[in-house]
Amino acid sequence: MAHLQEPAIKKINEICDRYVNETTPLMMILSDIQKEYGYIPLEVQEIVSERTGLSVAEIYGVVTFYSFFSLTPKGKYVIGCCLGTACYVKGAQQIIDKFSEIIGIKPGETSADGLFTLDALRCIGACGIAPAVTINGKVYPKLTVDAVPKIVEEYKAMEA
Amino acid sequence: MIKNFEDLKQMSAQCVSCLNAKFTGEDGKRHVVLCGGTGCLSSRSDEITAEFNKLIAEKNLGDKVTVNQVGCFGFCSQGPFVKIYPEDTLYRLVQLEDVAEIVEKDLIGGEVIDRLLYVDPNTQQKVTKQEDINFYKKQVRVALHGCGSINPENIKESIGAGAFQGLARALQMDRQAVINEVLESGLRGRGGGGFPTGRKWQFAYAQPEGQKYVVCNGDEGDPGAFMDRSILEGNPLAVIEGMMIAGYAIGAQDGYFYVRAEYPIAVNRLKMAVAQAEELGLLGDNIMGTGFSFRVHIRLGAGAFVCGEETALLNSIEGQRGMPRNRPPFPAVKGLWGCPSIINNVETLACVPYILREGKDAFAAHGTERSKGTKVFALGGKINNVGLVEIPMGTTLRELIYDIGGGIPGGKQFKAIQTGGPSGGCLTAEDLDTPIDFDNLVAKGSMMGSGGAIVMDEDNCMVDVAKFYMEFICDESCGKCTPCRIGTKRMLEILTRITDGKGTLKDLDELEELAQNIKSNSLCGLGQTAPNPVLSTLAHFKDEYIAHVVDKKCPAHICKNLMQYVINENKCIGCGACARACPVSAISKTDKLAANGKLFIHAIDQSKCIKCGMCLASCKKIQAIEKK
Amino acid sequence: MAKVNIKIEGIPFEVEAGLTILEAAKQCGFEIPSLCAFNHGECSQGSCRVCLVEATGARGLVASCVYPVAEGMEITISSPKATAARRTSVELLLSNHNKNCQQCEKNGNCELLHVAKITGARDDMYLGEQTPVTFDQLTPTIVRDTSKCVLCGRCVARCANAHGKDMGILGFEKRGFNTIVAPVENRSFIHSPCIMCGQCINVCPTGALMEKSEIARVDEAFKAGKYVIVQTAPAVRAALGEEFGMKIGTPVTGKMVAALKRLGFKKVFDTNFAADLTIMEEGTELLNRIQNGGKLPMITSCSPGWVNYAEYNYGDLLDHLSSCKSPHEMFGAILKTYYAEKIGVDPKDMFVVSIMPCSCKKYEKERPQLTTNGLADVDAVLTTRELGRLIRRAGINFQKLPDEDFDTDIVHDYSGAGVIFGVTGGVMEAALRTVYYKLTGKEYDKIAFTEVRGLEGVREATIDINGTSVSVAVANGMKSAKVLLDDIRAGKSKYLFIEIMGCPGGCINGGGQPYVRPAFLPNEEDDILDTYIQKRAAALYSEDERQVIRQSHNNPQIKALYDEFLGEPNSHKAHELLHTTYAAREKYDN
Repeated sequence: MAHLQEPAIKKINEICDRYVNETTPLMMILSDIQKEYGYIPLEVQEIVSERTGLSVAEIYGVVTFYSFFSLTPKGKYVIGCCLGTACYVKGAQQIIDKFSEIIGIKPGETSADGLFTLDALRCIGACGIAPAVTINGKVYPKLTVDAVPKIVEEYKAMEA
Repeated sequence: MIKNFEDLKQMSAQCVSCLNAKFTGEDGKRHVVLCGGTGCLSSRSDEITAEFNKLIAEKNLGDKVTVNQVGCFGFCSQGPFVKIYPEDTLYRLVQLEDVAEIVEKDLIGGEVIDRLLYVDPNTQQKVTKQEDINFYKKQVRVALHGCGSINPENIKESIGAGAFQGLARALQMDRQAVINEVLESGLRGRGGGGFPTGRKWQFAYAQPEGQKYVVCNGDEGDPGAFMDRSILEGNPLAVIEGMMIAGYAIGAQDGYFYVRAEYPIAVNRLKMAVAQAEELGLLGDNIMGTGFSFRVHIRLGAGAFVCGEETALLNSIEGQRGMPRNRPPFPAVKGLWGCPSIINNVETLACVPYILREGKDAFAAHGTERSKGTKVFALGGKINNVGLVEIPMGTTLRELIYDIGGGIPGGKQFKAIQTGGPSGGCLTAEDLDTPIDFDNLVAKGSMMGSGGAIVMDEDNCMVDVAKFYMEFICDESCGKCTPCRIGTKRMLEILTRITDGKGTLKDLDELEELAQNIKSNSLCGLGQTAPNPVLSTLAHFKDEYIAHVVDKKCPAHICKNLMQYVINENKCIGCGACARACPVSAISKTDKLAANGKLFIHAIDQSKCIKCGMCLASCKKIQAIEKK
Repeated sequence: MAKVNIKIEGIPFEVEAGLTILEAAKQCGFEIPSLCAFNHGECSQGSCRVCLVEATGARGLVASCVYPVAEGMEITISSPKATAARRTSVELLLSNHNKNCQQCEKNGNCELLHVAKITGARDDMYLGEQTPVTFDQLTPTIVRDTSKCVLCGRCVARCANAHGKDMGILGFEKRGFNTIVAPVENRSFIHSPCIMCGQCINVCPTGALMEKSEIARVDEAFKAGKYVIVQTAPAVRAALGEEFGMKIGTPVTGKMVAALKRLGFKKVFDTNFAADLTIMEEGTELLNRIQNGGKLPMITSCSPGWVNYAEYNYGDLLDHLSSCKSPHEMFGAILKTYYAEKIGVDPKDMFVVSIMPCSCKKYEKERPQLTTNGLADVDAVLTTRELGRLIRRAGINFQKLPDEDFDTDIVHDYSGAGVIFGVTGGVMEAALRTVYYKLTGKEYDKIAFTEVRGLEGVREATIDINGTSVSVAVANGMKSAKVLLDDIRAGKSKYLFIEIMGCPGGCINGGGQPYVRPAFLPNEEDDILDTYIQKRAAALYSEDERQVIRQSHNNPQIKALYDEFLGEPNSHKAHELLHTTYAAREKYDN
């Protein structure tokens, strides 16, 4: 197993320290780690286990229960396509299919270059602007299939 | 610092006149307010605000004009909004490029910009003021009080809009009297089941003194519902105040917010509101010198729909997998960390300050016999006016869909309205005159749920809709109990067979039998209501199911395996646009000449067609391509 | 205790308040089918929905395993609605279940089949996709087959209850239809810090968790014409009868030996001989450590589950462990050297089978440290349950067997001290009997050190030996052991000698022992799950009392073994054959 670098261990411990006064801080710790690193690998869960006294199995169970927690790194740009009712009714499936096709990954996957992760989201509450897509938090309202290639190109261009 | 009721009174008087001056222009200024809800922010409402600030500074209008972001206007399909007080002019669908014109013509020139006004889709009339728009006319703002008018990041505007008046009154009442007030107001839980809020409080109040908790359920997850987010974004203090009143009533000093992680703006504003309230001494120890202390804690969800179920939510706060608990013990007896707890949803708590401030009778003045007050609905789907509406209980579906919602776009036929999300069911044209309340919806096989209302028209396949919800449930089932874990999966498999054209009549029987069993056998509300969309569509649209199973046809032409794209020979002009658009080269010309006598009619090879619909889109003008 | 009046199927009963409907119904003579519930207080999730009944005052159907009775409650088990509900739950479970029942070794003990029969579940209902399956048979001990799992969560609870919330290996993973119970990342047990105690196997209602059978390996040895010797651990005799419907706690030493002889083993010996040998070695090691300033406290090393735990979690404390091999391994080493030489059999042709109450012994025998002259000390380990299977396969009517004696040979004698190795505190007591003698030169007059007996997780005693007080402690289950170990790590431990056993209750409750049916299935006694460990322990203590020789050092054959072969305890030769080493291991490798 690959071992964590010293600064990472320090950071994880620092995150655990933030919540030492909370009764059951697991969700808060995991949320912060997810935010900080974009994923929560097993080595990190082992540290959290030591710090919280919960078994790694229990922590792993929590990590895999909630869709916000990820075991593998996410891409630099996380494309979230809302597939809630309103968006679905307005063609969200075709939009996510288009992203899939252009980037060459299925929903839930990360592209080989680490640039994009494609996620199918449950309703993000943006029904008024359906179909909606978020990329790293930025919301693209009333998206059309035709607009998809341009958006992907824009992000690729930022990397070039 | 507000140390006593007198302090609050003084501050309140100051804030009220300040806020009123803004609306009336008594302060001699013009006030630009912009919608700062998630929907409008995604349409660059933030940049528009910045542009206003920039131009106003450039034009030296700083002492004559203020710019403010407020909460959600509710009318999301028309955002972003810019509103100008005191004239109350409402501009909609405002783009960044429009700002200069608004500053130049309206703010400086005093002229209303016609092209940015709302146009009534039915009368084609332009409307200048918000209150004259049909969408807003029948609305009554109780839970959404302050949303879209006050700056949610400024506690003084909230106080100006009445914040903490309800709490102040409650703190001068006996605890039981507070509970009675809520009980007699008729307030019922807005999160789904409609359980009387006062009774919930009474149970927790009856528990021995000691550590108790108030928990606010902000894990709004029903697809299509976003009222809780809007309230938290638009007037977070109302919810905090509701929570404090609940805490005082049941004897709790700690309140926990559990908010979806998907709502970062709501969480930020909530945090800001808490910090500002603490700074004023309105949260913390010995509030207004009454001896009542209250602290607010915020916890975030992490993407699990089931955590909207109250005991799953408690488990999630406790750092566990969000799996529901068996009841009894009920949370009021043994809830968060084993202590007596009440769990109320955001909208419910937002109603509480109103009840205490305006009195139970003011609240109960709206509504029906057994459902008092108002309810916020998130209107979506095939409807002209998409957005958030708050209507008195008892409003009919017809009023909701046609008067407020502006009817169905494109002249299509209304088919059904789905309420209650994946736990609810659909109501049809025959229910249009049913007054909306908790019990009527249940009697019709649906439920209020959190207030999602998705309108379907003739182009929606009801089997496909049922399948959509079942997919959602399968994805979100926690997996704890057998009926929900395996049963919903089996239902989805049957529905998939049906929409794939492989269903049998026996499948229909099995589907219904399973649905009934899952309803009665599941552990929590999620599973117990999961079959509702299927049962309800089976009850109202059995003919559609039978068409899929027996005729192998999807009447709405939605289910890909049961429909075809065909080219109408009488209309095709042979231009070949469809053939060029087809990604799989399934379209080619035939040897038949089109009516124009110049080009050849095209035809679709069904064995190659992947039913992507590109051809249909390419033939919009001629409309020679049809779904069959 | 307050009482409440309830009605079941219209018949009035008075029952204790606070009972669940399932418990109350059982007391009143009703057996409601149930699956996920195991025992009151242990794992009632109300999740399988097999025990649904109607109860007044409740909305809809209720899970009787978690729903409490209340005054005036009327319970209906047999209404068409409740009957159909229970059947549907079972049918749904079966629709996501690998129904190769005939090949499944759990057949006969399968609780899912039991409730399927009772609820009248129809064949092949609701067929559809199956949850993706994992079949893990990489460990020598436990086989995990998720295609049989019903997600009752009993194993998760048992693992955490026995070994601590911080250490539970099994957990629920993912959610919804994809939920599985597994070690993290759905790893094999072999790539997790699982100590392989097999407690999870004992509570699994289906064939999802099973021991890895070595019956075929033993068959092979017979077929190959090996000189097959069998040894039986003390705890086996206290439970084997249960495999044949005998009451829990019935000692069946004589019948067990008779059965083994009929199964064709060349020799049938008792591991107790080696338990006595262990005491000689371990006792001497302890005295040496005390007298020569060695690492103290010294901790026993008979339990391979505990050794695994130490290697994973307390790598820094491994020098506290006695270097003694566990008894059956010592026996294997002696059989393949001293004994083989005596009877003139080439050790290479010898095949040693251990019948153990323990599933972890299967793993232990594969440790590279446990070999002598390149040969494994023990070749195969069968659990008590596997022995039961072997006996049934051979057509032996166990109940009708006569009592027979172990083979009389140079390695058959055993003392009462050896017998009680099978129960928590037993190794400590056996050691104290000998240490007392070594230090004082006389036998302890009461023989039994009852201070260290009992079933509490941690017990301690201070024994006065010739004016010196010796503090000792006993722990069973790793949750309890952790308390003592953390003290050692912190330098706060006041003990000289500690006994640790992996399983709660010790070997009599090992992971290879016969299944004790859950509280809610028809059982010999309603509270059997609360008493079975005591009953099995009593069987061992009574055998100790029946022995003429009660102390290991008085076993004449042990004396002869030292005189003729080993020299003296802890001699160079003894070290070579009877001692071992440990190494710290990473928790999650690869």
